This record gives sequence, structure tokens and C-alpha cells, in this order.
Amino acid sequence: MSIRSVIAVLGVLAVVGLLVFGLASKGSSGVEVGDPAPKAPLPRLEGAGSQSLADYRGRWVLVNFWASWCVPCRAEAPDLERFQQEHADARFTVVGIDSRDLTEDGRDFVERYGLSYPQLRDGDGDAAHDFGTTGVPENYLVDPAGKVRLLVRGPVSEEYLDEEVAPLLPGSRQ
Amino acid sequence: MTARVVTIAALALALLAPTTVAAERASLTEIEKQVMCPVCGTLLQLAESPQAQRERVFIDRLIDEGRTEAEIKDALVAEYGDEVLALPPDSGFSLSAYVVPIVAFLIAAAALAVGVLRWRRAGRKGDGPGPHAQGPSAEDSDRLDADLARYDL
Repeated sequence: MSIRSVIAVLGVLAVVGLLVFGLASKGSSGVEVGDPAPKAPLPRLEGAGSQSLADYRGRWVLVNFWASWCVPCRAEAPDLERFQQEHADARFTVVGIDSRDLTEDGRDFVERYGLSYPQLRDGDGDAAHDFGTTGVPENYLVDPAGKVRLLVRGPVSEEYLDEEVAPLLPGSRQ
Repeated sequence: MTARVVTIAALALALLAPTTVAAERASLTEIEKQVMCPVCGTLLQLAESPQAQRERVFIDRLIDEGRTEAEIKDALVAEYGDEVLALPPDSGFSLSAYVVPIVAFLIAAAALAVGVLRWRRAGRKGDGPGPHAQGPSAEDSDRLDADLARYDL
């Protein structure tokens, strides 16, 4: 093989490599119902340390992406807290992920709405990107095996939680 | 006399000091041109979303605390990650954003230079008479004469 051929092949490989890298680093089709939920660790919004959805394996988890500047998030927060109060146990919890938000704003939001469920912080939006969110709020019900069972792009209402989420949880009569 | 000089110097320093501090004070307008609104994907300067408004409030607060522009940008990176910067940082993998275009330009310039040199060298070799200027070979001349004789009317 001549030097020119080697240079041409290397050039093509470089271009293909850049394209693959670009797709791998930016492209994400997100998760759909039935897909495994992303489980990269995230820092806690309040307190030190980090947590991953993998830590909740064996439990049902309602993952709620929110931000303090998001108006619909304010509307659904009380409903999520009420649902947490009614259903949280060793087999279920709501987990909030404060996405692309200022830490202090997020903490103020949690305090203002008296949210008792665990809160993680996704300041750079990487977790939102992994999930493929299109905005906030978005909600994902993850089953004990770590797979997404329900997906709501937008706020969840009290009715939705009672009629669609509650029946799937352990101990439900339906 | 000495006391008067000291007094004048002190007054001059007192007048200059606020000017120096004001010159170093970070400005929201300047920072807005250098950072992004992460939710909108545009410069903060152009963004009007609720998240952008909160980002401006955050920057304003840090300016009021007397933070420098670099400190404010560091604080924004701590909140939103590297992508909040309009220009990527000049360290780590992000350095490639600056290095790759320069290397690509140098390679292209070198390739162009080599191409031009070869083209000029080829032109110099061809400065003499071309193959047709030397006329046909003896064999071709004989064949031409034979053909002309065959068609001679």
C-alpha cells in the first residue's frame, strides 16, 4: 500500500471517528417504556454524597424531573408529596431530580413545598439527557427490575397518580 | 512641606482607588456575552426564559458580593457544568476545540504549499519545446510520405 493510500485511509478513519464520537457524546434517543432506566450517580440536592437509581433496585420508583423555575412543577409538587405520604414504604418511593437549576433555588423549592422524598441534583442536565427528557416536569415510573413502566412528558395530576401509578404498586387491589 | 506632599498623595490615592475598583468590577452585560442559558441553548444575553432570569439574578448577587468575572464563571460552572461557558475551557479534552482547527489549518496550508511547489517544478521541466515541436520521427516521416504518395492525384 502506498503512502498516499495510507494517508487517505487515515483521513477517512479520522472523519468517521469524529462522527462516531459526536453521535456517542451528543446523540441520545432517551428511554421508552420497557427500557432500562439510566442509573448514573447524582449528587444529593441536600446534604453530601451521591445516589443512583441502582440504589433503589428492588423498589418501585417514580422519578420526577423538575426545576424551581418551572411553573407546572409547582403545580404537581403537592400531588407528588401527597402520593409519597400515602404510598412510600420499603417497596416504593418518589425520587426528585432537580435539573438545570441553581442549588439554592432547588433547596428553597423543596422547603417551600415541604417535599419529603429524596432529591438529587442534575445541574448540567446529563441525567435529563440520558433519560431523553424534552423539558420539565417529566415523570418515569421505574419497576423493581430497573425498567421504565410508565412515562409522562409533563406534569402528573392527582388523578393520574391514583388511577395509573397506584394500581401498579405492591399491595394494590387491582 | 513634607506634610503637604503626604496629604496631596493621600488625596490622589483616595481619588484613584474607587476608579480602580470600579474598573475591576464584573459586569452582568459582559458576563452575559460569555455564558449560555443551558435550557435555551443560546447566549444568556439573548435568552428570556425563566431559567435565564434566575441565572441573571445569581450573577447579579455574585457581582454585589464583589466576585470577579472569573470567579462568577467558576460558580456558574459549578452549578451548570462546563456547557454553561460559551467558549469551552482551554484544558482537558475541550482543548481540542482550539487545537484541532489550528492543526487542520497547518496541514491544509502544508498540503497547499507542497502542491504549488510540485506544480511549479513540473512547469519548469516543461519550459523546453514540446514533443510536437521536434517534428515526426524518421519512421513516421517515411510512413507519411508513403501515405501521401498513395493518395497523390
